[in-house]
Amino acid sequence: MEPTTNTDFDVAYIADLARLQLTDAEIAEFQQELDSVLGYVKLLSEVDVEGVEPTAHVVTRNNVFRNDSTRETLDKSAVIDNAPESVNGDLIKVPLVIGEEADGVA
Amino acid sequence: MTEDKKLVQRPKPGTIHEAAAALADGQTTSVALCEQLIERSRAVDAAINGFRQLDAEAILRQAERSDARRTAGQEHGPYDGIPVALKDNLAVTGESCGCASRILEGYTAAYDATAVARLKAAGMLCFGRTNMDEFAMGSSTENSGYGPARNPWNTDCVPGGSSGGSAAVVASGQALAALGTDTGGSIRQPASFCGIVGMKPTYGLISRYGLVAYASSLDQIGPLTADVRDAAVLLDVVSGYDDRDSTSIPTQNGNFNQALDNYDIGSLRIGVPAEYFNVEGLAPHVRTAVETAISAYRDAGCEIVDLTLPTMKYVVAVYYIIATAEASSNLARYDGIRYGARASTDDVLETYYKTREAGFNKETKRRIILGTYVLSSGYYDAYYLRAQKVRTLVRKDYTDAFQKCDVIISPVSPIPAFRCGEISDPLQMYLMDIYTVPVNLAGNCSISVPFGTHANGLPIGVQLIGDALQETKILRAAHWLEGVGN
Repeated sequence: MEPTTNTDFDVAYIADLARLQLTDAEIAEFQQELDSVLGYVKLLSEVDVEGVEPTAHVVTRNNVFRNDSTRETLDKSAVIDNAPESVNGDLIKVPLVIGEEADGVA
Repeated sequence: MTEDKKLVQRPKPGTIHEAAAALADGQTTSVALCEQLIERSRAVDAAINGFRQLDAEAILRQAERSDARRTAGQEHGPYDGIPVALKDNLAVTGESCGCASRILEGYTAAYDATAVARLKAAGMLCFGRTNMDEFAMGSSTENSGYGPARNPWNTDCVPGGSSGGSAAVVASGQALAALGTDTGGSIRQPASFCGIVGMKPTYGLISRYGLVAYASSLDQIGPLTADVRDAAVLLDVVSGYDDRDSTSIPTQNGNFNQALDNYDIGSLRIGVPAEYFNVEGLAPHVRTAVETAISAYRDAGCEIVDLTLPTMKYVVAVYYIIATAEASSNLARYDGIRYGARASTDDVLETYYKTREAGFNKETKRRIILGTYVLSSGYYDAYYLRAQKVRTLVRKDYTDAFQKCDVIISPVSPIPAFRCGEISDPLQMYLMDIYTVPVNLAGNCSISVPFGTHANGLPIGVQLIGDALQETKILRAAHWLEGVGN
């Protein structure tokens, strides 16, 4: 397979969108490998897809509703126990999302 | 190959259906079945790494309870007490469910996957958690966060993937049978590499509730077993409609096991697509195995139908766009907030970066990046939407083909098991999935059955593909071929 350079594809930028921190060595490696993969998948551009509907899913059922009735839910402590940090055994503790300097602004 | 690198063995009894008969006759107990497998695992799994976890004490306690039920005449059916190994991405209440990823270290499932609940309802025992490519992304089980698994036919080779642990523990006599998952060949390819039977049922036949998602429109649970009848048995146990999975098919459950008791193989029309034999890199021994199987069907009176599947050359490209797109979305949930490992920092964004950097291995990161790119603004139409349209054409190819035949025959993988570390280029690895991915794209069913051996002594699998919900046809075709091969 001939590796094709895809000049639009910037690993560092995309990794940031995906919240992935990469080393410089990983960025260089992924850039080369994925340029090659993207070069390969470009062969789809030769397919005539005029008027073809996309397939999102092979099961063509729509509006699958559950019965409107109560059912047992998961055990709360079993769920909370999986959190890296929790408070009082019933709350998940998260890192600070909005900084203190933002107080009163919103 | 030196003998100490070959660890293939069948326990006695060696299958689910033989174990069920032995239990019914009082010739064995669930405890005895489990003890034998645990002992075997202690002897060989250091060399295979097929289990990520095997809690012998907990299993033997369950086995004792099953034996007590049977003694009291209160067993939950014929399979009560029979152990089944589970891939590490299927949820079992109170057990870890790690997808062989460090990012899920410490995670304990709070509920049973529907397939697991059905095993338990039949009295079957959850027998350990099998190694896999992290989050089911890979074709070799070299991408595990817990070290690679090895092939019992030659421990220098990979067992295939991503359900490589499930295939390896069955082939090495550490398990009677296993459940795995197949998104692009992840049951069938390791089954073929390890000389056992592996089946990907029709999308929607087995509930995905409690299966950790990789690519939701392609993922399907299925059996890895010592023979075709066991695949039918497990399918009978775990399949069926589930209102917890909105893509579950509301279908009458087939009696797959019984369907193997009596059938006319000559009534099946076997389709042979020309494109399947023009794949670059198809090993001569693999080609010969498939051609020998075709001759056997012809001799048995089957009509052999020449087919064409023009979209064949596009399926790998379509698969790697759609699967990575869905993966990048599904794996966004691993952010260190609600479960799993968290790299603690004061800043929330920093926590995401650090947690994901430490928790995911290289192949997972590679696929997340590819998937994020093909979904990103400005590129969505060119990659993802176009791939979805070509997926429609792939489905149409198969719909047309199944107007003319009942079962399509093909290789599973162009080559048998390769050596650990032999294939390092991702694209080269992806291209080997050419025979398995179209079945997931089309949502059909397919089974890999051992047939023939390569010159290097490694097993070869032949793939039999059926139309949606035509499991009975491929099971019969596979059952018959298994008889020829033996």
